[in-house]
Parts: sequence; C-alpha cells; structure tokens
Amino acid sequence: MSDDQKQDDVQTSQNAFQRFMALPSDSVPKTIAVAVTLCLVASMIVSAVSVALRPVQEVNKLRDKQINVLQVAGVYDPAADVTEAFSAFEPHVLELATGEFVDAQYDPATFDDVAAAADPELSTSLSDDPAGIGSQSKFVTVYFLRDDAGAIDKVILPVYGYGLWSTLYGFIALEENGNDIFGLQFYSHAETPGLGAEVDNPRWKALWNGKKLVDDSGVLQINVAKSASPAGADYHVDALAGATLTSAGVNNLVRFWMGENGFTPFLTKLKAGEI
Amino acid sequence: MAQTRKEMLVDPLVDNNPITLQVLGICSALAVTSSLQVAMVMAIAVTTVTAFSSMFISMLRNHIPGSIRIIVQMVIIASLVIMVDQVLKAYAFEISKTLSVFVGLIITNCIVMGRAEAFAMKNPPIDSFIDGIGNGAGYGLILLLVGFVRELFGAGSLFGITILPTVNNGGWYVPNGMLLLPPSAFFIIGLFIWAFRTWKPKQVEEREYKIQTVEAH
Repeated sequence: MSDDQKQDDVQTSQNAFQRFMALPSDSVPKTIAVAVTLCLVASMIVSAVSVALRPVQEVNKLRDKQINVLQVAGVYDPAADVTEAFSAFEPHVLELATGEFVDAQYDPATFDDVAAAADPELSTSLSDDPAGIGSQSKFVTVYFLRDDAGAIDKVILPVYGYGLWSTLYGFIALEENGNDIFGLQFYSHAETPGLGAEVDNPRWKALWNGKKLVDDSGVLQINVAKSASPAGADYHVDALAGATLTSAGVNNLVRFWMGENGFTPFLTKLKAGEI
Repeated sequence: MAQTRKEMLVDPLVDNNPITLQVLGICSALAVTSSLQVAMVMAIAVTTVTAFSSMFISMLRNHIPGSIRIIVQMVIIASLVIMVDQVLKAYAFEISKTLSVFVGLIITNCIVMGRAEAFAMKNPPIDSFIDGIGNGAGYGLILLLVGFVRELFGAGSLFGITILPTVNNGGWYVPNGMLLLPPSAFFIIGLFIWAFRTWKPKQVEEREYKIQTVEAH
C-alpha cells in the first residue's frame, strides 16, 4: 500500500479497521486485539462444533452400552437394529442394600450408574474395597430379558472394578435362577493389549458360561485363578496367561459385586421368587 | 530454498521425513501403532490438523505478534484438535475409544508445532497447507509401517483380519507380546531410521566430534 493510498483510506469508511491492521504486529494494542479476537473466534467455533455434535455422540454412547447388554445376553445380531433388539430388555433401577426396585424414584431409561457412583448423595464410600472402586453407587441399573411366556430368562447386572491400569466396566448375565452365569463382558477398560485386554477374547469369555456363583450351602465360590479351585470346576474360571493383575482384578470385582456389598440382597430375592 | 509444490508434498515422505530424519512426534508413534486401523486414523487426524493449522496460521502470519506467536499457534492447533476429537466421537466411536487420550495429545505433537513455526509463519497459505499434508503423510507412512510390523507379529492380524492364527485362538502362531507394548515401537522406528539412512546416506548426520588420529611414535 503506497502512502497516497493510505492517505485516501483515512477518508473512507473502512479507515479505522485498515489503519489498525496496518499497525506493526508487535504494538501493544494490536497484540491484545489479536489475542482477544482469536480466543473469541476459536472458542465460538469449538463450542459450536461441540454443541452440534453432542446429540450424535450421546446416541453413540447409548448404542455402545446397549450393544454390550445385547452381547452379554448372547442375543446380539450385527445385522439387526440395536434399539429394537434392546427394547426386549426391561431396565430397572435397583437399590443394592435392600434389593428393591426404585423405578418410581429414578427413571431407568435415563439413570446413569457411573455418574451416581461419583455423587456423594447417591453413593457410599467403601472401607472394605477389594474391587478398588473407592465409592459405590447405592443404585444401579439392571436389565431383565424375558422369554415369550413373560418369565424371566436372563438378568443383566452391571459390574466394575480396578484391573491393572484401568477401571473395567462391564456386565454379567445370570440365568433366571440367579446363580448360573451366562456370560461376562467388559465394555470399557484400558488393559494391556494382547495381555490384560484378552478379557475381550471370545474364547476366554466363553469360559464363564455355565459357571455358578455360590455352592449348595450358599457360600460365594466363584473365582478367577491360575490353579484349580478346591470348590470344583463349576466355580473356577482359568486366569488369563500373562495378565496376573488383570485376572486378579476381575476376580475381585466379580466376587465383590456378587457378594454381600453387591447384589446378594437382590439375588436372594430373585431366588426366593419375590421379583 | 524455493521448493515446488510437488517437492513440498513428496519430500517429507522419505527425504525429509518428520519421524525418521527430524525424529519428531515419536511419543504418539509409540502409543498408537499397536494396530493398523488405529494408526491409520491417527495418521489422518494428524495430517488434517497439520494441514489446516498451517493454513490458518499462514493466513494470519502477517498479523501474529511475535511476542505471543506460540500461544496464537497453540490456540489454533488446539481448536482444530478438539474439533477432530469431537468428530471422531460422533462418527467413529469405536476408534475414538481406542485412541482416547492420544487425539488430545496431537496438540503436543512436535510435528504440528514444528511446521507452524518453521514453514507456515514464512509462507503463503496454500503452500503451507500442502506442506502440512506432506508432513502429515510422512508421519502417517512411518506409523503405518510400524503398525504393520507390530500388528502382524504381535497379534497375527492386519486391520483386525487374522493373517497368522494365534495359539490363543486355536492356531499355530505364538505372537510376540513385546511388539504390542510401546517400547517395541522404539526398536522398529530405530530400524527404519537405520534402513532409511543406509538407503539415503545424505541423511546421516555429521558427527559432533572428530575422531582424532594419533600417529604412532
């Protein structure tokens, strides 16, 4: 821009902006102006993207959880519509301590177990904490799958606990008698690929099918260990090779959630036919 | 150094590769190369971020005050990274779960900052964009090569498709578990650097010291 043009520009309506842009970049007003403008523009773009994509992300998260419920119940079909398949499941919010449903108080469709565990109002902090979860939600969402006659076919219970690197979040599916395991599946974890992450291996997950939680005298016997369990093969799942700590974590979390502080009150009711 | 646009695009693939020659961006190369699919998404994400951040920074280059230029670059890069992360969460949920924290860490990837500072601050937008694509592709190329070795010999598969059936799944191949752990990427990248420098001796750095020859008395 020549000097003459600059002179002319002073007269035009855009002059203030152009004069400003022509300031040396290192001058204080321009530095501040650039910083403020850039931050405003960048934050607006980022917020806009985030808000615009939020609904799609929520759908993904929900879908991911639903797929895992379907998988653990053994009814997942990749070709079928997930939402439709999931509608066969009947969600309930369960109060762990009493084994009662509190659907009237919390909506099962929207109740968030993970958020509840972090909410002091809705959780208890644990002193005896083998699963390494710190605080435990008082309420969790459980799912029933009913057969055609309307009788309970499978019960899907959420479980979580600490492995080696991460908290493993998953579901355990029980048969209608509340004692036979149908399957175990984790939907979120960050264990070592190839070692601890073998908890996702279908061959290992298949080991859980048909195992039993408690023996005839009602003692919790299920365990994940390298060596055979004294209680017998019905209660023993072979640990993962090369993943001692992840296996120990899975052992602890399953025993914790199936134990006194976990689903025992609920399972007792289920066995007594009170649900 | 007047480069043609073709050179800008092709040079970073081998001759001026950000990983093997400049040895930048190693940290994320360790983390995301245990499977090819993840490596590819990461490569695309880094290429997109590098190209667009270089372009925007280049558009603003005459107005970026020197005293806050790194912050300005960071704001632009960080905004783009957040957008990429959001898009992945919305449209590639499974992969974004695997990449998790590493998408956010593109912000700290030295390649993105390096190109902004070294190229985009001095060159016009289109050239900067092409330079960003070239460097992202150079990074991606190494990521895919490393991912290929790690996934094939560590898990016996490529893009999740079984090539060598592993013992765990009833096959014959005993996978090398170390290849799935981050340190193995160091060895593989080291071997690639060796191979590249044997192929192109020009890339060998001069020694910073001289070996003295002592005459025998």
